[in-house]
Amino acid sequence: MLADMIQRLFERSVDDTAQTRARDGQWLDVVWAEVEDMGLPLALLTEEQGGFGLTLAETGEALRLLGLHAVPLPVAETMAANRLLAAAGLPLASGPATLARADHLTIEGDRLVGTVERVVWGEQLDCLALAVGDTLYRVPRSGWTIAETGLSLNFHPRPTIRIDWAVDASAPLPYCPLAGGATVRAYQIAGALEAALDLTLSHTATRVQFGKPLQKNQVVQHELAKLAGELACATAAADLAGEALDRGEFLGVAAGSLRAREAATAGASIATQMHGAIGFTREHRLHLYTTALWAWRDEFGGQVMWAKLLGQAALDAGGPGFWPMVTEL
Amino acid sequence: MSAIPFPAPPADSDAVVALRAEFRAFLAEQLKDRTPRERSDSWYGYDRAFSRAMGQAGYLGMTWPKEFGGHERTAFERAVVVEECLAAGAPVGAHWIADRQSGPSIIKYGTPEQQQLILPRIASGELSFGIGMSEPDSGSDLAATRTKAVRDGDVYRVTGTKVWTSFAHEADYVILFCRTSGTPADRHKGTSQLLIDLKNTPGLTIRPIIDLAGQHHFNEMHFEDAVVPASMLLGEEGQGWDQVMSELAFERSGPERFLSSIELLVQLIEVLKTRQSDAAQITVGRVTARLAVLRRLSRSVAGMLQNHQDAGLQAAIVKDIGALFEQGLPDIARELIDCEPDPRAAGAYSAVLANIVHNAPSWSLRGGTREILRGIIARGLGTR
Repeated sequence: MLADMIQRLFERSVDDTAQTRARDGQWLDVVWAEVEDMGLPLALLTEEQGGFGLTLAETGEALRLLGLHAVPLPVAETMAANRLLAAAGLPLASGPATLARADHLTIEGDRLVGTVERVVWGEQLDCLALAVGDTLYRVPRSGWTIAETGLSLNFHPRPTIRIDWAVDASAPLPYCPLAGGATVRAYQIAGALEAALDLTLSHTATRVQFGKPLQKNQVVQHELAKLAGELACATAAADLAGEALDRGEFLGVAAGSLRAREAATAGASIATQMHGAIGFTREHRLHLYTTALWAWRDEFGGQVMWAKLLGQAALDAGGPGFWPMVTEL
Repeated sequence: MSAIPFPAPPADSDAVVALRAEFRAFLAEQLKDRTPRERSDSWYGYDRAFSRAMGQAGYLGMTWPKEFGGHERTAFERAVVVEECLAAGAPVGAHWIADRQSGPSIIKYGTPEQQQLILPRIASGELSFGIGMSEPDSGSDLAATRTKAVRDGDVYRVTGTKVWTSFAHEADYVILFCRTSGTPADRHKGTSQLLIDLKNTPGLTIRPIIDLAGQHHFNEMHFEDAVVPASMLLGEEGQGWDQVMSELAFERSGPERFLSSIELLVQLIEVLKTRQSDAAQITVGRVTARLAVLRRLSRSVAGMLQNHQDAGLQAAIVKDIGALFEQGLPDIARELIDCEPDPRAAGAYSAVLANIVHNAPSWSLRGGTREILRGIIARGLGTR
């Protein structure tokens, strides 16, 4: 139901023109208004928190659809930020938001001061859910200025912001924002890979070379099989991360996030190669997904950070403890 | 939407949690003297005593009806036992094929006499099976099979050669895929399956095929006018192709196929524990993530089987990715630790690495080559 509504919304409103506008730095205010009307920013909240009490399967599907349509708005980030704010008992965002961690910020008197790099759509946000040490701050847009512009690989804003804000909303940190961000990214990666597989199947079915469709070649079929495998892994990885986040167990988030990032790399590579030169252009839609995959795989903690966290846990478990640890992920 | 669906696996019920704990305790006791090198044999390990212990404790024929000696447990519970066996490096070879595919085929196609003769003894861990499919000129292309069985009164006279039969020199039976009419040009038509008693079939000779590691798992089975009672026909004469495809579905649908080199990972972690580095953390982290996701996909397949859904396509994906994972581990280990692997080394790491390097090539060959699996997946995507 929710999935159908989301599907219809983005099919209608996120067309190639909208993608181009967003890539040129424009904020899609009409689409955002529809996102809010639908209640998507509250999708990850429980009913007690003011959400709709959706199941993990339903929220996972919603997040995958954001990837499937390469939605050029911080919808997933707002969902994750609200989940964190609600868990901390802080007021929810009243517009677009994201979440970040910046342990180097300092408290000067009653003010939180410092810079945060690469904030997703930093200029357009209503607020930022920001972890500093063990504290979560709800920093409103009036609390920062743009210090430096920045761009993601899919050409969306990632500015560095300068925060100087008299703290009036903070709470003990319920969990690391990177875990929330990495989890929604894993679902988005799965969605984008599904779009990439759809496009690749369609291209190789219609593109004729040497007198036959590309996908009648066994070598092409095997690449398609590998791409389907990476998609399966990314989807399972996202679900693994989502379930782990729900239980508050971050090793599972690390595992799911890492494998989804690997799938983004491998899947984007296969899809591009199977499209030939057209996949390297902006004339074909594939680039919306490949560039998003390349951006998303490095956000909310890189794969080195997550791999070290999970790897250290495995080394601590030791040889005999390793398998029991895996079955708990 | 082209994605091949992997439904979320069912959450572990209390019964599954209890079973896992109970079975881990069983394995810890059974395998307490098993060395890392022996554990790294994974499903190549062959130990009748272990299989009997499994049977006596109720861990074989787990999903089968009680009238056949089974335990009427869920496919998911069986999957727990299977994955714990593999993770622990248990020597499952003496019951592996019987429990996974031969028994289920006999339940599906066998006569009541065949069922009573064989199934309870598989479930008790007494009977060991091999696979009688491949031939010298018929590997991936199974329909090219030549082995011929000619009806002669109340017996079949069998002539032909089967190869790659694991443990034929130890096992009790194979299910033989053969031609009961026509020629290899007829492809699927005219094929049948016979239950062959390996210890009591005049005209059958079994010859070892030594693998590159110098080990004797494989055999060639040569039938020279061998005499097989007609009562040992499995299912219907002429329906062999459909039956053997069903048997292959049992073989390929299992959740196993990514844990063959797990003992190497265990020993690698033991070594790295004492020489920590960023590279060690990162590599172990990434490998752990891949393993956790493969296991989730595999549990999804087990859940589908439990719901009687066809999981052939999903299983092909798990096997393709799983084989790459288990085959990739030795090279991942080699990037972290300098070691000249030695099959007879006293040190666990070196001996396990040697065994894994020697055996890894087979993992993307048996049970459907990588190329066959990718063809199955591509067909599932609608490309052929």
